[in-house]
Amino acid sequence: MKIDEKAVQYVAGLANLELTSDEQSRMVRDLNSILAYVDRLSELNTDGVEPMAQVSARYGVDETCEGSERFDYASRTDEPRGLRESLSHEAALANAPQSDGSYFLVPKVIEK
Amino acid sequence: MSQPNPTSQPGTSLFSIDGIRTAIAARETTATAIAEQHFSQIAKSDGEVGAFLALSRERALAQAARVDALAAHGDLDLTTMPLAGVPVGVKDVLMTKGLPTTAGSRILEGFAAPYDATVVTRLEAAGAVILGKCNCDEFAMGSSNENSGYKPVRNPRDLTRVPGGSSGGSAAAVAAGMAVATLGSDTGGSIRQPASFCGVVGMMATYGRVSRYGLIAFASSLDHVGPLTNSVKDAAQVLQVIAGRDAMDATSADVPVPDYVADMQKPVRGLRVGIPKEYFGEGLEPETRALVEAAIEKLRALGCQVQPVSLPHTEYAVPTYYIVATAEASSNLARFDAVRYGHRAKGAKSLSEMYRRSRDEGFGPEVKRRIMLGTYALSAGYYDAYYLKAQKVRTLLARDFELAFAEVDAIVTPTCPAPAFKLGEKTDDPLAMYLADIYTVTADLVGIPGISVPCGETSEGLPVGVQILGKHFDEGTVLRLGAAVE
Repeated sequence: MKIDEKAVQYVAGLANLELTSDEQSRMVRDLNSILAYVDRLSELNTDGVEPMAQVSARYGVDETCEGSERFDYASRTDEPRGLRESLSHEAALANAPQSDGSYFLVPKVIEK
Repeated sequence: MSQPNPTSQPGTSLFSIDGIRTAIAARETTATAIAEQHFSQIAKSDGEVGAFLALSRERALAQAARVDALAAHGDLDLTTMPLAGVPVGVKDVLMTKGLPTTAGSRILEGFAAPYDATVVTRLEAAGAVILGKCNCDEFAMGSSNENSGYKPVRNPRDLTRVPGGSSGGSAAAVAAGMAVATLGSDTGGSIRQPASFCGVVGMMATYGRVSRYGLIAFASSLDHVGPLTNSVKDAAQVLQVIAGRDAMDATSADVPVPDYVADMQKPVRGLRVGIPKEYFGEGLEPETRALVEAAIEKLRALGCQVQPVSLPHTEYAVPTYYIVATAEASSNLARFDAVRYGHRAKGAKSLSEMYRRSRDEGFGPEVKRRIMLGTYALSAGYYDAYYLKAQKVRTLLARDFELAFAEVDAIVTPTCPAPAFKLGEKTDDPLAMYLADIYTVTADLVGIPGISVPCGETSEGLPVGVQILGKHFDEGTVLRLGAAVE
């Protein structure tokens, strides 16, 4: 599959990236080179093969159980307050680029 | 070839974890003195190597003082503090409370972590002294450490060459004697490949064996934390401390952790060792091949049953990896929105302009490339052809190993197709760079443990590593074979 400048602009928009025109032309070149290599996956017949999204699906699972119980090893007791104290308000805001001490501040979202 | 002359080289009593902790417990030296020696080594060598992004002198000396106080009162118990006074470095993708944590990215410049990663908590509880944060490729994306947003790392064995990546700083710090052990992270080979390039040991345990809590995520189904050390025994000792169930990481496995040093010391006689022909084909540099084959002969001489195995889907591992990893990365890196933390572009007039410009300014070229590739692979119309297809091929790769492991106890391969390359050699060709990971990515996709152990040097004096892969949760056999070839 070939990717062109227009597709790069569209994907950059989806990813919230703003690319300069130099970056765009380089991206077209690089992505096409990588995709040409990746396209060899289409040589393989994968009919009837289950997709593997996570490693633990192939071990540690109790196959005698159904549904989410198969992954019981990864679950925890659902305590009302969770596992731990949350970060303090102050700590959570400490790395903010802009805040008023109570909230994160961002440019205006809704125009009147 | 510039050979470093560090404090922790063989021949000095303070080379190994055992040497350091027993000397401190016996009050022959102090954790403070050991820490100061390593800070001196960093001051001397790191100007040219570039392995550290930040030093944590205050925190290190406070921890060393705690260890020394225990030792002074005869209260230092090495069974509960097995890393007492051991100076370590931590890759900058791991959260360290109050210290800079940037993942090698400009987008996190000035970020101070609000909490410690579980592995960091466990290291310090075991008495380790954290010297600082190790340089790495931005968000662990790279194979040469040239993608760091701050500075490249140079290979201590030859300063004109790369240390490998993405845990290049972690590998170089150990190789140059600036730390006795370091933590790295491995998503496609990022512990084992730099270990091979720098001539140190790098160990990746089974997926789920070591907590990822506090690891800045690159590709969550592939990310692993693990040690880089001077010896297999040191790797076993660090892994012992960081391994095990952590309720803070839902993918952390509730599987008992064995005694790795005891496992490592068992004889290898009778172990069945598989050699996959797909890892010895075209593209393998001849001297690397000869050194790895010599390591295999050593195992045969020690009584291992060496036999051929086949992993027929090997050539599809790198393309599978670059779809799965980038898809997950594009999702994970969406959190860098310049709202709660991270770099924010100045003067943006709308929220969406702020997102786009902040991310454009903060991310480097390789990170943008991977976000773009991953977003494309997940986008409507391409999801089935790329992402779903790659997940299915991932199953085929896992089956390859399941069939092979029905015949053998472990698999031995080169870690990398060639020794360390020159800085700048592959920076213009992302695909050539990706192929440096050709022998390491599959273990991440399948979730099995692997180690890289030095097995000699080329005629130019460049280190070569041999890789040993094992069954899920069978790190013991991997370490045992690693110690045998060491």
